[in-house]
Amino acid sequence: MKKSKNLIYSAIFGVIILLLLFFLEANKFQYGMAYTILQKGMILAVVAVSMNLVTGFTGLFSLGQAGFMAIGAYVTGIFLIPSDSISEVYYISGVNPAIASFKNWLESGPAFLQPIIPYLALIIGGLLAALFAAVIGYPVLRLKSDYLAIATLGFSEIMRAIISSPQMDRVTNGSYGLKKIPGFTSIFEPFGIMVVCILLMVLLLRSTYGRAFRAIREDEIAAEAMGINLAKHKQMSFIIGSFFSAISGGMLAMFMRSIDSKSFSVSLTYDILLIVVIGGIGSVSGSVIAALLVTASKEWWLRFFDNPLFIGGVQIPLFRTGFRMVIFSVILLIVVLFYQRGIMGKNEFSWARLEKRLLKLFKRGGAKNA
Amino acid sequence: MPNHILSVNDITMQFGGVVAVNNLTLEVNENEIVSLIGPNGAGKTTAFNVITGVYAPTNGAVYVKDNMITSNFPKSSMKKLYAGENNGKYTTTMRKTPDQITKLGVARTFQNIRLFKELTAFENVLIAKHMLYKSNFLSATLCLNRKEEKAMREETMKLLDILGLTDVKDEIASSLPYGQQRHLEIARALATNPQLLLLDEPAAGMNPQETDELTKFIYDIRKKFNLTVFMIEHHMDLVMDISDRIYVLDFGKLIASGTPEEIQNNQRVIDAYLGVQEDGE
Amino acid sequence: MTLSTLLQHSLTGISLGGAYALIAIGYTMVYGILRMINFAHGDIFMMAGYFMIFSMAVVPWWVSILLVCVLTIILGVTVERAAYKPIRSAPRMSIMISAIGVSYLLQNLATYLFTALPRAYPEIPILKKIFHIGSISSSLVTFVTPVLTVLLAMGLMFLINHTKIGMAMRAVSKDMETAQLMGIKINNTISTTFVIGSFLAAIGSILYFTDRMSVTPFSGTLPGLKCFIAAVLGGIGSIPGAVVGGFIIGICETLLVAFGYSTYSDAFTFILLIIILLCRPTGLFGEKMIDKV
Repeated sequence: MKKSKNLIYSAIFGVIILLLLFFLEANKFQYGMAYTILQKGMILAVVAVSMNLVTGFTGLFSLGQAGFMAIGAYVTGIFLIPSDSISEVYYISGVNPAIASFKNWLESGPAFLQPIIPYLALIIGGLLAALFAAVIGYPVLRLKSDYLAIATLGFSEIMRAIISSPQMDRVTNGSYGLKKIPGFTSIFEPFGIMVVCILLMVLLLRSTYGRAFRAIREDEIAAEAMGINLAKHKQMSFIIGSFFSAISGGMLAMFMRSIDSKSFSVSLTYDILLIVVIGGIGSVSGSVIAALLVTASKEWWLRFFDNPLFIGGVQIPLFRTGFRMVIFSVILLIVVLFYQRGIMGKNEFSWARLEKRLLKLFKRGGAKNA
Repeated sequence: MPNHILSVNDITMQFGGVVAVNNLTLEVNENEIVSLIGPNGAGKTTAFNVITGVYAPTNGAVYVKDNMITSNFPKSSMKKLYAGENNGKYTTTMRKTPDQITKLGVARTFQNIRLFKELTAFENVLIAKHMLYKSNFLSATLCLNRKEEKAMREETMKLLDILGLTDVKDEIASSLPYGQQRHLEIARALATNPQLLLLDEPAAGMNPQETDELTKFIYDIRKKFNLTVFMIEHHMDLVMDISDRIYVLDFGKLIASGTPEEIQNNQRVIDAYLGVQEDGE
Repeated sequence: MTLSTLLQHSLTGISLGGAYALIAIGYTMVYGILRMINFAHGDIFMMAGYFMIFSMAVVPWWVSILLVCVLTIILGVTVERAAYKPIRSAPRMSIMISAIGVSYLLQNLATYLFTALPRAYPEIPILKKIFHIGSISSSLVTFVTPVLTVLLAMGLMFLINHTKIGMAMRAVSKDMETAQLMGIKINNTISTTFVIGSFLAAIGSILYFTDRMSVTPFSGTLPGLKCFIAAVLGGIGSIPGAVVGGFIIGICETLLVAFGYSTYSDAFTFILLIIILLCRPTGLFGEKMIDKV
């Protein structure tokens, strides 16, 4: 009975979302803002959930997300830039011949394969990031929490230094970055990828491995005494998290169309951390909600903070470029200091909970009226 | 060697110059209930931590059945500091991690209860089943291990039932009353299908009636799970009642061992431990 | 590379190392007492750079130096009181996130107030005077930095080992609760730690930026991380360790740049960190710590 009710609610919710997306897709020029924000929110939702998997569920405070995203983004970029524009992109030092011939080979493949290439690129980027995660995870994951944070942050910076170094000019185009990356054809593409990625992570977290991760978060020594191999499971969580971070990085490359190493600086990791903290450390649905909320408010609702504001012909002095980010950091601090549970705490979204909340709200409202 | 399930050979554990355990040698036979007693700070929990692989000993070796689980000898700066007599007797270094030792059939509880606090009682026990799963993370993620998952959940329910925790299975572990938390910790340890169960002060914080129940309970689980029990305990009634044999530690050194009667009549033990406690009461 | 250029680079390295050492002391002291990485320390150092720019525009350099020290100390203590004190007993991850939050705020605040464009750092005439020793020539700041660093570190060691407040700091770092029971005022002691750390960051900032000529809102991030690594290298909690670590990292970095591997000089520091943590997690001078079960 209860289960079927939940199912009906979820089905209705899903249909509404799909209808909304269809509507946006049909009127994307009219609602350009909502369209782009929704896309970016979806992309950040993937990486936020992946960070939550590592940080919130396994208790490993990793700050390497930007580095893994960079790997995914560059792999996707290199895969997808059309052969025709390649000389235009790598106009400074030319492209590595191996990459050029690989791209020619890829594009000469059978026609039915062509639409799959973006997905293939995302997965290969993910796998490459996973490989990196495995290599650096082996030494780094033995470290205690705060050292782990610094070491992963360091990794992310090393990644950035390597990508922008002149030695990598013919692969990553050095500090000039990649341009002309083909984007998504419709909003359903990022939506589909997001749903699949998050679904996979949720399933993992609900499996016995997810329980083992949470055991490690709660008490490492007890977890180990229960036969859970700490090194193996931490590695696993870190590698899987990196895989999905890289997929999100690849999506970001397709969304932005042009990337450079500066887009993957530490502040990107901090932005994701902000989403995870606001959503609730240890809640997947919290991360998704927060990703959409934070993106929307940052790029849209709070934009006015950055524009000069006139009230009655007088300019309010605080409002100018950069004020939005100040407000944002203050929000992060307030959440950390006073609402440590964020939106969802460690709970997941459920219709029953929402029902209860709404009922409570109505009751309170009713009481006030009476 | 008559079926030793655990043998501890010349274990010394030094933290810098502090000798926490000094040349401890003991055996636990299959199906026995053995207690390790001693005044506070005698090194009992440290000995447990060496046996379960949390600490690497400074010197000595530990075997579970015929598997060496840890062996060490004083190295580098410890060479100078080492205070024991068996320098040079052990030449190999090897250390199994706690999870490997658990897989050999040694499970433990902790002195200051270490449950997974924010998870439910059911999840606490189910997590201990994790190492018994045969499915890898891919098949687990894609829900291809339904049968296994179901079997594990059923076993977990059975365990909770035996320990009388069925009613509270969905409660958050840290919200349970103290006695139930102790039970839950034992349930969690049993979920790993151990042959040897190490209990670190199972009766701590219990009243006399609960302690009595615990005696019966330990007998029960020994029979039901065909267990060997090795425990640290302060409640003398419980220890004398239940133990087949007792080892007494004082200042890290073994000062006596034998049956409860022998220990009760041992002058050194009375001086070091029982006498003091009687004065206190 | 001739001997004299090598010497020249080493001198630059020692000077950079001195500035790093001063900042590293701030990290090591805070970590020693609160067991947290003060992610905001690098940004406090950056803010000190801006303070100097604005005070030099108004008052002469020697007043500016004083003013910068005072302002930086106020900033450091405010950060501690506002962002760290309320969650002192929270899980470690929350404290770290709070520190990251402060760092994020200071960067964004600096971007908002002073724009992201680099601002020229004022010249302190005395420090910029060129000296010649044999074939090596350098400005005075290069010579002053290491000397000043060592002197300040020695003074600090004296403060910690031979004064009452130093004893309180040592007690709090060993065991906060027991120290409190013994009547030590925890809050004052921790604030003193931040006063000292921020003061040294202010001095370090003056010495560092005098050589670098410009400040941006992000110029604190990387030096901050490097100085933390210097503190880890020396052994977290140890002041001589932080000084030695700072010098090592400063010299290595300068030499790497001199040999033409400038893109990898930052990466090198992090690789160094990973190596230390794996081989000798307690650093060069750190004490061993055992986790209680």
